[in-house]
Amino acid sequence: MSKQLNFLVIAWSFLVLASIVSLFVGAITISPLGAAKFLLGDSTGLTGTERTIMLELRLPRLITAILVGSSLGVAGVGFQALFRNPLADPYIIGASSGAALGVTIAIVIGWQAAMFGLRTSAIAALLGSLAVVAVVMAIGALSMRSGSLSLLLAGVALSSMINSIVSLLMFWNDEKVIVIFAWLMGSLASNDWQSITSTSLIALVGLAVIWSISRPLDAYLLGDDASQSLGLNLVLFRLLLVAGASIATGAAVSSAGIIGFVGLIAPHMARWTIGPKHFWLVPMSACYGGIILIVADAIARTIVSPTELPVGSITALLGCPFFVGLLLLRSRTSTVLGGAS
Amino acid sequence: MNHVVVDQFKFGYTGKMVIDGVSLDLKSGEVLVLLGANGAGKTTLLRLIARQIKLESGSMSLNDCDVITLSRPKLAQQIALMPQHENRTSMLTVLDVVSLGRMPHCGWWAPLSKIDQSRVRDAIATTGLESLTDRSILELSGGEWRRMILARAIAQDASVLILDEPIAGLDLKYQYEVLDQVRHLTKQNQLVTIVTLHDLNMAAMFADRIAILHNSKLLAIGKAEDVLTSERIRQAFGVEVSVVEHPSLKTPLIIPLHDFSKMRTGVGHE
Repeated sequence: MSKQLNFLVIAWSFLVLASIVSLFVGAITISPLGAAKFLLGDSTGLTGTERTIMLELRLPRLITAILVGSSLGVAGVGFQALFRNPLADPYIIGASSGAALGVTIAIVIGWQAAMFGLRTSAIAALLGSLAVVAVVMAIGALSMRSGSLSLLLAGVALSSMINSIVSLLMFWNDEKVIVIFAWLMGSLASNDWQSITSTSLIALVGLAVIWSISRPLDAYLLGDDASQSLGLNLVLFRLLLVAGASIATGAAVSSAGIIGFVGLIAPHMARWTIGPKHFWLVPMSACYGGIILIVADAIARTIVSPTELPVGSITALLGCPFFVGLLLLRSRTSTVLGGAS
Repeated sequence: MNHVVVDQFKFGYTGKMVIDGVSLDLKSGEVLVLLGANGAGKTTLLRLIARQIKLESGSMSLNDCDVITLSRPKLAQQIALMPQHENRTSMLTVLDVVSLGRMPHCGWWAPLSKIDQSRVRDAIATTGLESLTDRSILELSGGEWRRMILARAIAQDASVLILDEPIAGLDLKYQYEVLDQVRHLTKQNQLVTIVTLHDLNMAAMFADRIAILHNSKLLAIGKAEDVLTSERIRQAFGVEVSVVEHPSLKTPLIIPLHDFSKMRTGVGHE
């Protein structure tokens, strides 16, 4: 077994362990053995109430955490590669702003819709997110020579404009500010099995697209001339990359709102553990993204129990010092920081 | 046998012609060196031949097959480019980067076959990079980096090798080493190789033929002794030189006639 495969197996084992722990912690504590057995399909160790808590609350929440974390981790890999920039994250191209605008408009006009098992806010977020990415791509296509830089600038500019529109909508509809704000803070709660199934399918498409272009991603990081010389059709490749990363981001945003930082730190942690080759980096980032969100959600549910904190604030609050610590440790032990890869 | 025909290439930026009606005819086992002053269009011409940028007009064929309409992967199987600059941001190893040379053959997903692996090993051996295979590319010196990119181009197994200033930044020993390898490969595998250089004497020693670009057009093409005359060098580069015969190689030897001491005195008086 290769070294990378070993690392991957260990990391995914941690994810399973974190999953078990997250199932038995919360406002009501469930025995660890019962939680582990439940994951293996045996619910005899649990009372009726515990079984309901597991089945209706914690398990959907756990799966949402894995789904959202993995999607953000992989989307982070995609966008960092696209912009050849280690600071890029899944929201840089305007996906989060678009999602926020979509949900804000839906709440303001009282839009109700259900499609493929997705809730109104999920559909609005997904549509808003994809619409903005499409506009950014169109602007990028129109300014043909500047490639990924024009995408980055278009995304940043459009995001600023959309954030202003969201603020204005909140200002004019102050009775709905709390509803909008709660969504913007991000939450893993209230995803039912039907919406989880639908979002999983969307997320898997995004993850599969990014993983399937692992080798071209390695080549792309060497520059436009080098990657074209290695047979890469840059227009087609960038389209696939943006589509895959945006679909993964859309799936995450539609499930849990805007959760920052995971898409930035998961790829870096993965790169430091398993190296820069995307064939390994993509599944490792998915794994770390899942672990980060499981842990953040467990903290959000338990730290001031029974009150629940927004998971988005936990990821940023704990993610930042953790990331800075890793950064310092890394720069002390190596001359190479890690680059954009 | 490989045969490359470049016919009436034209290309410009915002109304200014950079390449204007350039035609070339190159045969198997031939090394053509492109010379010209800064901004003469050497790199642009190489990028047009490698289809990195889109031609305004003109055509190109390789073994009577239209290169302009080839898909990117097919083109990469035929033409390998060693660009002047590459991004140094990824932490890939030397082996990873050289292995990417096989991407046009094995595609985006399939693992490298035994043939692919053997081509990669050969390319690494040819460029003397065996001891560096597991080293991060961020830790390579300028010379090692150039050899790695050359190894990747070799692994690509193409019929046409395009090298944009392959010896820029290298000391003399590595300049000879890299150009020796390029020449040996071109002859051994009957490739067509096009190289840009700045050193006129190196070009005279290394090239089978030399082409000089001036004002977006092809000023001259032919054997070094026919092309590298003092008049033509004055016309293309705006400098005075004397051209003599190399005492042992019998190639043209360009002696600069520029007097720096006169310049210094002039500046001092001002």
